[in-house]
Amino acid sequence: MVTYIIRRLIWGVVMLAIVSMITFAIFFLVPRLAGATSESLASRYVGRTATAEQVTLAAEKLGFNDPLIVQYGRFAKGIVAGADYDYGPGVERCPAPCLGYSFLTRLPVWPDLLNRIPVTMSLAAGAAIIWLLSGVGTGVISALRRGSFFDRAAMSVALAGVSLPIFFTGIVSLVLFSYGRPLAITAPGGSYTPINENPAMWAYSLILPWITLAFLYAAGYARLTRSGMLETMNEDYIRTARAKGLPERVVVVKHGLRGALTPIVTIFGLDVGLLMGGAVLTESTFSLPGLGKYSIDAIVNQDLPKVMGVVLVTAFFVVLANLLVDLLYAVVDPRVRLS
Amino acid sequence: MTGSARPAGGAPVPSDERRHGFLELRDLRIHFPTDDGLVRSVDGLSFTLERGRTLGIVGESGSGKSVTSLGILGLHKDGRARISGEIWLDGEELVSASAEHVRTLRGKKMAMIFQDPLSAMHPYYTVGAQIIEAYRIHHQVSKAVARKHAVDLLGRVGIPQPDRRVDSYPHEFSGGMRQRAMIAMALSCDPELLIADEPTTALDVTVQAQILDLMRDLQQEFDSALIVITHDLGVVAELSDDILVMYGGKCVEYGTAEDIFDRPEHPYTWGLLGSMPRLDRERTERLLPIKGSPPSLINVPSGCAFHPRCGYEPRTGGLGSTEVPELAAADGGHDGGHLVRCHLPREERRAIWENEIKPTLESA
Repeated sequence: MVTYIIRRLIWGVVMLAIVSMITFAIFFLVPRLAGATSESLASRYVGRTATAEQVTLAAEKLGFNDPLIVQYGRFAKGIVAGADYDYGPGVERCPAPCLGYSFLTRLPVWPDLLNRIPVTMSLAAGAAIIWLLSGVGTGVISALRRGSFFDRAAMSVALAGVSLPIFFTGIVSLVLFSYGRPLAITAPGGSYTPINENPAMWAYSLILPWITLAFLYAAGYARLTRSGMLETMNEDYIRTARAKGLPERVVVVKHGLRGALTPIVTIFGLDVGLLMGGAVLTESTFSLPGLGKYSIDAIVNQDLPKVMGVVLVTAFFVVLANLLVDLLYAVVDPRVRLS
Repeated sequence: MTGSARPAGGAPVPSDERRHGFLELRDLRIHFPTDDGLVRSVDGLSFTLERGRTLGIVGESGSGKSVTSLGILGLHKDGRARISGEIWLDGEELVSASAEHVRTLRGKKMAMIFQDPLSAMHPYYTVGAQIIEAYRIHHQVSKAVARKHAVDLLGRVGIPQPDRRVDSYPHEFSGGMRQRAMIAMALSCDPELLIADEPTTALDVTVQAQILDLMRDLQQEFDSALIVITHDLGVVAELSDDILVMYGGKCVEYGTAEDIFDRPEHPYTWGLLGSMPRLDRERTERLLPIKGSPPSLINVPSGCAFHPRCGYEPRTGGLGSTEVPELAAADGGHDGGHLVRCHLPREERRAIWENEIKPTLESA
């Protein structure tokens, strides 16, 4: 078990290294192939007013003339050990993990990301709890009352949930519940309060994004749970459980749902991992200052170091979520041996 | 056994004051409405079983054996099946009882051993947890007490090191051990009625014998009524006092084990005996399969359900395909307990058995 975790952690680090190489290639190699020169790359760092000599100097100092492998080595070293940036007027120390400086604000990327992660985490955690409870609950009831009015209605709503984009449901819900006179019961968009400042306000400001985001995911979970339950409730061990004289509720939850849990756990881990990289549409719609909003702003401004930072952080969470899912497998299904 | 001699087509007789057998089925019918039509899985089944006795129910797949057993346990009370008739268990009628009441009896008063325990036990819970669960649902005891009970039970059914194996998962057991654990689970509340559905089908032959021995010993120890459902006449021969042969949802022959093996009167029973492999016969001799396939339970053949496959149907003078034969006393029974559902005249049945069937089975 411990060796398994250690081995998986090592693989996780390798995965992250590969992801960093790919991102690096996307942001530094691809522009070169498209015809960019050291100078045109460096010009992003020095601003529009810089003279040609200044740009050339910056390109040299930023190392754009070095071989790519050296540049990547410097980039990787920055993440692990920190880096010194020489801007001409002086050398600036960028502590590890150094993901570079924003083109726009000239601030290091990492502290920015640290500020954004709690927002995204709050959004993801709350939404995950809501969609897990509502989606799985709906799926179980739908499976037990297959073909009933509830089943049909729930599955229609689920289809709508999967199909409707968040910039539609989000805006409709904002109009109805934040700005619409009679129903304005939640905070307007963009009013995020950190949980350590005021937990009540935190929940109040997030309730609408939570529900909107959860609606999108709950739909999929309801369908997944429904099909899983339809399968397990026909298993022989369900008949055995009934033959023991267990109440139906225990049969359904302890035996049926437990048997249908494995695929739900898998998808849940991956979904939450991905969401940790930012729920771009939700955060944009509700103007939440999370990683998603951060990355979309960075992309709009072509602020490459920020984009790279978000990509790496997302990759980190996905790798972590994968590891957790694999460990959970062994907890959920004792037949799985971790080795 | 007079109760079981009732004509199959008769209406359910209202319960009277007379004493019922420990388990008594009266004209039990379990039908399932489907899109293709009404499936008559059990169609007018009656029998009585006393404590300490073993009844073997024999028949092909789809003859209604398993549906009968699940019906007795009340596992068809989910609204999809149409159930009529009566099931008396220790003086209580179960068909009309509430589902909730039958649930409280299930596992405690009557329990079931399923075939293929690998799929019949939950793969995600330990064997012990599943036995403990079965015990605690009917007994208000602490987990520690229930666990001790589970360990005792596992020891009783012959599982070595039960205090360690109690924490094993079903997939960590061998097939025979799993079936023993399944039996332990069924026995956890000392049931008075035990139904074993194909208890040895998934097991290899040496283990089969062990499991059959175990079941016989445990039945004597608990003095419970035992129903063994199987298509394997060998298993029935090992365990049963009485044998009920089912075909197309109906009882076609009923009698003591001696009646069925020594004086069978129904052509279907003859077929079953002929298709049973026997060690005392020449290896080169071929088994005699029953021609054709089991009947559709939606479009049950007219008249005797067996007539399309019956080699003696022409001798019934057309009755076989037009009229459902009644379950009537057979000639060979001592006390009228031997019943058979066949149009052939008694004397002719006896003669066919003695002159045509018996010699082929005994030729060595």
